[in-house]
Amino acid sequence: MSTGIPVQYFLVLATIMFFTGIYGFLTRRNLITMLMSVELILNAVNINFLAFNRYLYPHKLEGMFFSLFIIAVAASEAAVAIAIVINIYRRFATINVEDVNEMKH
Amino acid sequence: MISNQIMFILFSAMIIVFSILTVTSRKILRAAVYLLFVLVSTSGLYFMLDYQFLAAVQLTLYAGGIVVLIIFSILLTSHISQKFEPTGIMKSVFSAIASIAGAILAIITILDYNFSATAQAAKEVDMRLIGNSLLSVDYDGYILPFEVISVLLLAAMIAAIVIAKRGGPEKSELPTLKQE
Repeated sequence: MSTGIPVQYFLVLATIMFFTGIYGFLTRRNLITMLMSVELILNAVNINFLAFNRYLYPHKLEGMFFSLFIIAVAASEAAVAIAIVINIYRRFATINVEDVNEMKH
Repeated sequence: MISNQIMFILFSAMIIVFSILTVTSRKILRAAVYLLFVLVSTSGLYFMLDYQFLAAVQLTLYAGGIVVLIIFSILLTSHISQKFEPTGIMKSVFSAIASIAGAILAIITILDYNFSATAQAAKEVDMRLIGNSLLSVDYDGYILPFEVISVLLLAAMIAAIVIAKRGGPEKSELPTLKQE
């Protein structure tokens, strides 16, 4: 299926996606959009793992299982983060990180 | 061969364009929908790499689960038509410089490195093999990370419920919502 495409193309694509996520994480000031940037970063890492697995070690399955576990971790991270976001919104009526500056309740 | 490359170019163009739109869009709901497009094209890439199971997991869990969760929390916490104030010029310029510099550095390293493929035959990844490796204790087995991830999922589920539920009766007396 992936004949004719060098492994470097996948890696460059994942790099661009990763640093787009970093840019979003640095510039965004809303908790949910920051969470979306983190999802972009995790996805780029997954592409890397799968490309390495398919091109360099096709007789093993390490990359595939690692991506599977990363997806599970990302799902639980999203669930907990959104619970925290909703709690913060309840307490402060905003989810802008610059307005949320106290942990005391 | 050629159709492969066309598909790859299509998917990567979609991924790059929609990731940039995700981090720059000023309407939060649109950013979430662009993120959905990025995740679906990523699963297309997984199909191209012949990992059908992982592509299905990506579609159901990321595109189906996480994006819906994000959209729900957007609807709970902001107005749909709300627009962000634009980020400060200085901050976006410096962040762009930092990320572009990092990307260029990484891309130069990738293109410089000489990747050598193995001569080993590729393994057919079917469901039976995935299930057997997940539950086997042999050298190729992944039972330990499987158990760890199940405990983590359980802990995350309980934590999400505990965090998001309203406080007890003694807390509800306190003024929890700060009015603007």
